[in-house]
Amino acid sequence: MENISTNNSRRSFLKITSLTGGGMMIGFSWLANLIPNEALAEIAAPKEWVELTGFIKITADNEITIFCPNPEFGTNVMTSLPMMVAEELEADWKKIKVEMGDYDTPRFKSQFTGGSRAMNMAWVPLRTAGATARMLLLQAAANEWNVSVSELTASNSYVAHKASNKSVTYGALAAAAAKLPKPEKVSLKKISDFTLLGTPQKNVVGKNIVSGNPLFTLDYKQEGMLIAMVIHPPAFGMKLKSFDGTVAKKMAGIQDVFEIQVYKDGYTRAGFDTRAFNNLVAVVGKTTWEVINARKKVLVEWEAMATYTESVAGRGGKKMETIPGGLESTDEHLAQMNEMQKKPGKILRKDGDPEAAFAKAKKILERTYSAPFLSHNPMEPISCVAHITDEKAFFVAPIQIPEMMKQNIIANLDIPAEKIEMKLARMGGGFGRRAYGHYIIEAGLISKKVKAPVKLIYTREDDMTNGIYRPTYMVSFKAAIDENNQVTALHIKGGGIPENSIHENRFPAGSIENYMAEGWDIPSNITIGAFRAPRSNFIASAEQSFLDELAETIGKDPIDFRIELLQKAKTKPVGKNNEYDAARYIGVLELVKQKSNWSQSNNKNRGVAAYFCHSSYAAHVVEVSIKDGQPQVENVVTAMDCGFVVNPEGAKNMVEGAVVDGIGNALYGGMRFEKGVPMQKNLNQYRIIRHKETPKKIDVHFVQNTIDPTGLGEPPFPPVFAAVANALYKATGKRLYNQPYLKELTKS
Amino acid sequence: MAKYKLKVNGKMMEAEVDPTTPVLWVLRDHLNLVGTKYGCGVGSCGACTIHLNGKAMKSCQLPVAAVAAQEITTIEGLSESGEHPVQKAWLSLDVAQCGYCQTGQIMAASALLKSKPHPTDEEIETAMNGNICRCGTYVRIKQAIQSAAKNAHQ
Repeated sequence: MENISTNNSRRSFLKITSLTGGGMMIGFSWLANLIPNEALAEIAAPKEWVELTGFIKITADNEITIFCPNPEFGTNVMTSLPMMVAEELEADWKKIKVEMGDYDTPRFKSQFTGGSRAMNMAWVPLRTAGATARMLLLQAAANEWNVSVSELTASNSYVAHKASNKSVTYGALAAAAAKLPKPEKVSLKKISDFTLLGTPQKNVVGKNIVSGNPLFTLDYKQEGMLIAMVIHPPAFGMKLKSFDGTVAKKMAGIQDVFEIQVYKDGYTRAGFDTRAFNNLVAVVGKTTWEVINARKKVLVEWEAMATYTESVAGRGGKKMETIPGGLESTDEHLAQMNEMQKKPGKILRKDGDPEAAFAKAKKILERTYSAPFLSHNPMEPISCVAHITDEKAFFVAPIQIPEMMKQNIIANLDIPAEKIEMKLARMGGGFGRRAYGHYIIEAGLISKKVKAPVKLIYTREDDMTNGIYRPTYMVSFKAAIDENNQVTALHIKGGGIPENSIHENRFPAGSIENYMAEGWDIPSNITIGAFRAPRSNFIASAEQSFLDELAETIGKDPIDFRIELLQKAKTKPVGKNNEYDAARYIGVLELVKQKSNWSQSNNKNRGVAAYFCHSSYAAHVVEVSIKDGQPQVENVVTAMDCGFVVNPEGAKNMVEGAVVDGIGNALYGGMRFEKGVPMQKNLNQYRIIRHKETPKKIDVHFVQNTIDPTGLGEPPFPPVFAAVANALYKATGKRLYNQPYLKELTKS
Repeated sequence: MAKYKLKVNGKMMEAEVDPTTPVLWVLRDHLNLVGTKYGCGVGSCGACTIHLNGKAMKSCQLPVAAVAAQEITTIEGLSESGEHPVQKAWLSLDVAQCGYCQTGQIMAASALLKSKPHPTDEEIETAMNGNICRCGTYVRIKQAIQSAAKNAHQ
């Protein structure tokens, strides 16, 4: 047992209240440790601690409801987080109801889903909350029966006294339990005593999903609700000049056509307030089809947007950011990035004497990799419901980080914090896109103007051409090899538009004596946002492709070569701040080697890659075939180390999905721009992986350990790209350096 | 604007809409059947799949004026309470992640099994290829279809 003080966090809060009609409610709020990472680095509030809040409600008739604090966009937190509560509460999982908590200013101080943080952040707080409730219920029964707590057992939502053969429901005890003082200390169960955590459990929302019940923002309706759409410039680098909505306004069902300015002049943007276009034309009407038709009849004139500066409060405080004018094109982007590769970049890390090692090298291997902008394309296009009245500002918002939107709502909608009421709808995918809630402000502004509830709907075209993409990147890897075929130096140099592509402290840093990482970036008016394992999703593809080619160059097996490097990092690490645990990294490589029966004779069409990010380790072995010149991934073997696996069913599903997503983005993904205009506007132009291209089998294995759990939403994704490229090399003899790989592979 | 009488999920329903209105928006905006989803509006993603006379059809590409007396079935009408063999298979395979595309996937799968009770893997892939799942749950979808085919004929 692990004894946990209910007051021992730097800040903690546990509130026990009685429910009318008997029953109890336990509200909890802990500051959970947060390791800063790139996806969340922009969070303005405490850098190292994030508050986690939730509720457990037990009614007199033994109905137990757990309110899930984190917004759900498909990573299954609504199942796995309540499992943590139920385990310690000793509640009957089958009868537990799980509900999404609303964004609620006084109660939920901070809520977000992102950065693969949910499991790790919730691990201690949620179990402590469950254990606290269990202790109170046991004490209430002990008082009632006049026995000691040690004589009682709690299980399946009942407290039993074996000696007298008595038992009572939690519900019957809840009213009395709610009046007891909060225990100072509670004991958490040992992992070996778990009966629920670590067992496969199905998605608690599954039945609602397969029945087509309204769960998503787009499904929400209320009396008098209008439909709104916005028209944004057709190109990045353009802005609204004027519009004429006369014809549109006369069309059936159309209520109004007007301009909205999303953020006020002089507004200091926070990290998640990104938006490409600040002035939009809103079209509001009764039904979706009427608005879709009317927007085509709005005459809009656009003009070139001049370079401007904007105040941004992000990492490292407030600063001015310059957004360049001009109409950018993909071909120019590539030329610009190639140019930057020739100039010195900013030195991000240097170990040993790389210059000397390169001067002495017998052989040098240098390769350059690139990847395009990617669109998130969540299946549910961007949407938001808003109803702003004098009394309150009501939203139904699909947003990964509700808390980060508060200051934006206050500033740009002139609404005091206490009037904000936000329902957190299930999100039809997010992948990072729904961390950027400009659409909440847009919906709010439109509702204010038309004085009615509105549902803002982005068409797929609106969504795909509106920015917040994965950046475009370039990086080169250069290795020095000595006469003994040893790698003596590594030089990584790269950047992107508009952000750098380097993680300077990731492997192979720490395993090579002489090491240098250089970075650069090029500003752009094409906006970007976190995309499933930001930056890692590119740099892993380059690094793991390069290691494959490097292993081949020096005549080593690619898995053995990685393990050899990691052994060095484990026993005699080079430099400081290495961001990975070499032993766990080796662990997934060894597991994938074993599970895939990796051997020279077996590896004809197979490639391997591994990566560490967002606190978890992943390795894949991918097998491909070529049919009629088209690549097909046949099967995948995956090894993961995410610590203790909370829900093996959900965990496997998550990893399978990340593998499929990785294959699709590696082979097909990409946005192109010509004079600022996005060339891909809908799913008939932007290729997403489909049934036929999916591997026949994805075999997922987890390293079995009892380390505190970490996330799975992002970590399995980045190494998929290189595993595909490395396998395609084996199958075709062609090394792939530029994504999407299909384009490079089929280029003659 | 015109009045349309539609047979949806076995019931006669009425909507007064423009003749060009896609069935997708008639269902969602006028008949309050929101289980049929909007994903792309160009027939490329399959989120809006319904049955028209028992065959899978992308409702974003079907103008209401073209329906006439043909029978529409949506996810809400596939079974009384989510008990269709395909829905049950989806639950037992724990298919969904975000869940948004799954009603369209289920409608495509149930139409397939109606015309081909024992589809091969290749037939499943072909029939389902118009339905995108951005979360990448395809492996489980295929397993669920195979499982539904097996269970329906035991």
